[in-house]
Amino acid sequence: MTAAATALRVEGRGARRSIAIDIRNLNHAFDLQGSRLEVLQSIDLSVATGEFVALLGPSGCGKSTLLRLVSGLDRPTAGSIRADGVIIDRPDPSRILVFQDPTLFPWTSVWRNVATGLDARGVLERQKGRVDDALRLVGLTGFALAYPHQLSGGMAQRAALARALVNDPALLLLDEPLGQLDSLTRLTLQTELVALWRDKGFTAILVTHDVEEAVLLTSRVIVLSERPARIKAEFTVDLPYPRHRDNPELVALRRQILGTLGLET
Amino acid sequence: MSDATQAVERVAPSVARRRSRPLWTPALYASASWAAAAIVTKSLPNVVPWGSDNLFAILVGLGAVAFAALAVARPRTGWLRDTLDYYGPWFIAIGVWLTLWEFATAKTGWLPKPFFSPPTGLLHVYVTEWRRLLICIGYSLRLWALGFGVGAAFGYVVGVALGWSKHFAYWGMPILKLIGPVPVTAWIPVTFYFFPTTFDASVFIVALASGIPVMILTSSGVASVNRAYYDVGRNLGAKPWYLISRIAIPSALPHTFVGLFMGLYYSFAVLVVAEILGAKWGLGWYISFQTNYSGYANVYATLVIMSLLCAGLVKLLFSVRDRLLVWQKGFI
Repeated sequence: MTAAATALRVEGRGARRSIAIDIRNLNHAFDLQGSRLEVLQSIDLSVATGEFVALLGPSGCGKSTLLRLVSGLDRPTAGSIRADGVIIDRPDPSRILVFQDPTLFPWTSVWRNVATGLDARGVLERQKGRVDDALRLVGLTGFALAYPHQLSGGMAQRAALARALVNDPALLLLDEPLGQLDSLTRLTLQTELVALWRDKGFTAILVTHDVEEAVLLTSRVIVLSERPARIKAEFTVDLPYPRHRDNPELVALRRQILGTLGLET
Repeated sequence: MSDATQAVERVAPSVARRRSRPLWTPALYASASWAAAAIVTKSLPNVVPWGSDNLFAILVGLGAVAFAALAVARPRTGWLRDTLDYYGPWFIAIGVWLTLWEFATAKTGWLPKPFFSPPTGLLHVYVTEWRRLLICIGYSLRLWALGFGVGAAFGYVVGVALGWSKHFAYWGMPILKLIGPVPVTAWIPVTFYFFPTTFDASVFIVALASGIPVMILTSSGVASVNRAYYDVGRNLGAKPWYLISRIAIPSALPHTFVGLFMGLYYSFAVLVVAEILGAKWGLGWYISFQTNYSGYANVYATLVIMSLLCAGLVKLLFSVRDRLLVWQKGFI
């Protein structure tokens, strides 16, 4: 975490980029062999620039679908999603989705993986240094030439984060990015995520079903209902960073949210 | 075992040292079996003369001497030692095989001329025909390289298109499924109509045999690329051409190589047929020519050359594959 912060200060790249997201009356359905599966229903949600929001809900409720719609990889059935007032109708490197699975390209090195965005847009030759910076930011400098199969789960997810961050995204969409990691790596990466967010100042939306993770990392927790997902409740986490998971307020909030999800503790 | 050796060494080092260096038995047996082949060839009378008896006996005898030397010298480590340890049983078997083969053909005539040939007969073919065989190898390799190159390149490009584009697959897949199972030789009459020279026709036949497996495997490889990779690419700003060249193609490469290996075997199988189509040179032409004159020893000798060529090319392709697919090491 401190390493990440130092690295950033050394780069002196203080250009904070973030974006506001405005979702209005969003509905989405899948066509499954003739039958229609309603996934999202009447979603209204605004995310301010630089805000870190968590989407919490039962598994399969449509959280990930919502993220894909915001990324622009899929188009909604009805309603609108705007980024700074502009309708999102296609994917864009300013809004990057990080998946639960690192989905690194196994056929090429970590360095080439991280460079993918710059390479695809034809700016890699001029901006090679940014790849090294991104790798340093996530602590993978020594693994630039490794192949993805040589990385541990935590390192692979770090590489996936670097692949997103190298593009200097204004919005980071995190689809359970720590879901597959062992608990210790998970705790480390949670801290690092918050540090990155605070340093870079991007807007972030995190999908998770870990309530503790949601209250520890984000400033607002949106609770979704069972499919078709509607917004069921909303909690503001008004606590200063860095937060401690034993903070009584945080523990109380966690219990309250679990109650909303129908899980009394 | 090693504990026991150490114990012995402590008690009586000289005895132990002698014990740790016995004769190397696999090499000894190999020497014996090769010597047997030399002795059978030289000492027993031939039922029918084949020629090159002396040369064969000398060559096999030299092998026997070399193995005997190795059995005594017993290299301890390194590449030679590993190779010999691994292939030791094969060297023994080859000596036994040569002995029995020579005995059953040239010495007793149990397997009669002209249908069977002793090893001396094959050697005699190489000794007397080597110039013509070398030219034939050159011609065959030219035909194979052209056919395989054209076929693999065409099959690869079409395969990528079939796997990538739904429109292309809509029209292409049914045609491929119809053409795929047709034996390549069935195209010969049509081929003759369409191609100006028999050489072009032969190249086409070899290209068809190698191109179809490359096409099928590449298309299935491209079609089965993990969709999430495309999502990542699109999200990072990749255009369709980038998705094809940097995601679909490398991801499908393991499949492509399976297709290339299959294509290589098929192309060799049809090489003989392709060269029967009025070629003047080439191993296939030589085989059919010799078959007409019952020169079966020449046929067998040529088949051995073809097997070795094919095996060499397979080995070459393997080394290319291992180089390109290092990233797969974690998965295989």
